[in-house]
Amino acid sequence: MNTEFLSTAVAPLVYIASTMLFVFGLKGMTKVKSARRGNHLAAAGMFLAVVGALLELGLVDYRWIAIGLIVGAVVGAFLAIRVQMTEMPEMVALLNGFGGAASALVALSVVWNDVVEKDAAETMAHTLRGGAADAVTIALSILIGSITLTGSVVAMLKLKGKLKKGQPILLPGRHGINLVLGLGAIGLTAYAGFVATGAEGVTLATLGLTGVALLLGVLLVIPIGGADMPVVVSLLNSYSGVAASMAGFVVGNPLLIVAGATVGAAGLILTQIMCVAMNRSLLNVLVGGFGATDGGGGAGDQVMEYHNVRSCGAEEAAMVLEAAESVIIVPGYGLAVAQAQHTVRELASELEKRGARVTYAIHPVAGRMPGHMNVLLAEADVPHEQLIEMDLINSEFKNTDAVIVVGANDVVNPVANKDPGSPIYGMPILNAHEAKSVFVIKRSLGAGYAGIKNELFEMPNTMMIYGDAKKVLQDLVREVKDL
Amino acid sequence: MTMGPLLIGLYIFVLASFVGFEVINKVPPTLHTPLMSGANAISGITIIGAFATATTADVSVSNIIGAASVALATINVIGGFMVTDRMLKMFGKKK
Repeated sequence: MNTEFLSTAVAPLVYIASTMLFVFGLKGMTKVKSARRGNHLAAAGMFLAVVGALLELGLVDYRWIAIGLIVGAVVGAFLAIRVQMTEMPEMVALLNGFGGAASALVALSVVWNDVVEKDAAETMAHTLRGGAADAVTIALSILIGSITLTGSVVAMLKLKGKLKKGQPILLPGRHGINLVLGLGAIGLTAYAGFVATGAEGVTLATLGLTGVALLLGVLLVIPIGGADMPVVVSLLNSYSGVAASMAGFVVGNPLLIVAGATVGAAGLILTQIMCVAMNRSLLNVLVGGFGATDGGGGAGDQVMEYHNVRSCGAEEAAMVLEAAESVIIVPGYGLAVAQAQHTVRELASELEKRGARVTYAIHPVAGRMPGHMNVLLAEADVPHEQLIEMDLINSEFKNTDAVIVVGANDVVNPVANKDPGSPIYGMPILNAHEAKSVFVIKRSLGAGYAGIKNELFEMPNTMMIYGDAKKVLQDLVREVKDL
Repeated sequence: MTMGPLLIGLYIFVLASFVGFEVINKVPPTLHTPLMSGANAISGITIIGAFATATTADVSVSNIIGAASVALATINVIGGFMVTDRMLKMFGKKK
């Protein structure tokens, strides 16, 4: 078959099939039952897209493409297999950064190929096939892709608890700096496309734009607290879609435009849904500083002023739990850190054997990502039906004998309902404090991500059990068995 | 009426954005992370743009940048879909 036919007639049809698979795939991923199949459909769409692209290229030299594909496939598979379930959020952030970087590099490669290496004497808008439109979309690819790269890397580090333990980093005059950089990026976009001439001028202008965009990515994310990182990653995910779409304009590929725009919009909607779950506005998240303490110190380590806090040992707690008819477990990030998902399930099974009804209350933003706890507990074979979302379980707490809070903090802080001055005021919480007795397993009285005191710990029905979540849970299992 | 490639591109950009908005209307919190991860893998579609930037054998800056963008996009695609599948596999395990 001649390659002309494959490239002009077959490839576009393959692209259309690919587009449909992406849309069906995304749709499938919004429902629990069809989610896995949806992901497979999207992956099949991607495979078709690659086949279509190779057909469209026809007979070219494939060595560079092959090198890129092999290296990428090996590294990608290695990362995906090796990553721990608890590190998923960081992984998504990192992969997203790579996607953004790839889009920026596509645009840079076109600049080099069409302008710098041709040693064109004119401006980009003059030299490029698509004229002014190409000059603008190239700049946008570089800009959005680079912001996505550094923003995602910062988000990943914050999720890992690096960079001042994920606390907001507030530079003096940061809004001014960002404004200047933003204006600078716009200016450089115009300069690179329409003013700079010759290989040297264009090189300097595009590299300058890249540098400003990389810096902007860092500065936009560092003032945002670690607790808000899921929203940031979701927004950056939307950006990387838009960056891919812009790259589609640059290389003139409709599939790239369609898939990029779809992901860009879907990411934006998902970001909005996540903000609603935390009762925050997107603007409020992006302005940042949420949870920053006045002294600017790392609040995670700070011990707050607490009064009348009672603590107990595993044995005492086991006695209460053993007698409880209904138990709700509230998991949080501490559960993930301690890798205690299997132990918590073991405890639940022991309590169930003794006639208790055990359920898990899942706060929409428990952990570092929405759905983080579901993934973690599913790994430990906790039945899906036992995981109950906040809205459904909140009325149950007052009829519950015992609540075990494992490594969660801000999501059970009653202050969110009461004190309009609190930074988390208005955030929906799990009403754990309404239960007859509450056990909080925690390393210390240190603050959570929001960096504020938790009133739950002072309540008369609350008992603290200090220690590593896994260790404490193991003790509880042993004590319950011994009773 | 004739439409230039740019205009057609803008049309599909706008329409595809609407598709994206409409497809994601209600998502249970359970699926936020996997959906984000899956959508992220799809944004690795930039891989096919990357192909077009490295189509000669020359050892040139543009080809090296192109190969790097192929590699990064491939990591995004392969890693993204595999990680998403690992997460979603967990939900299928209920007995």
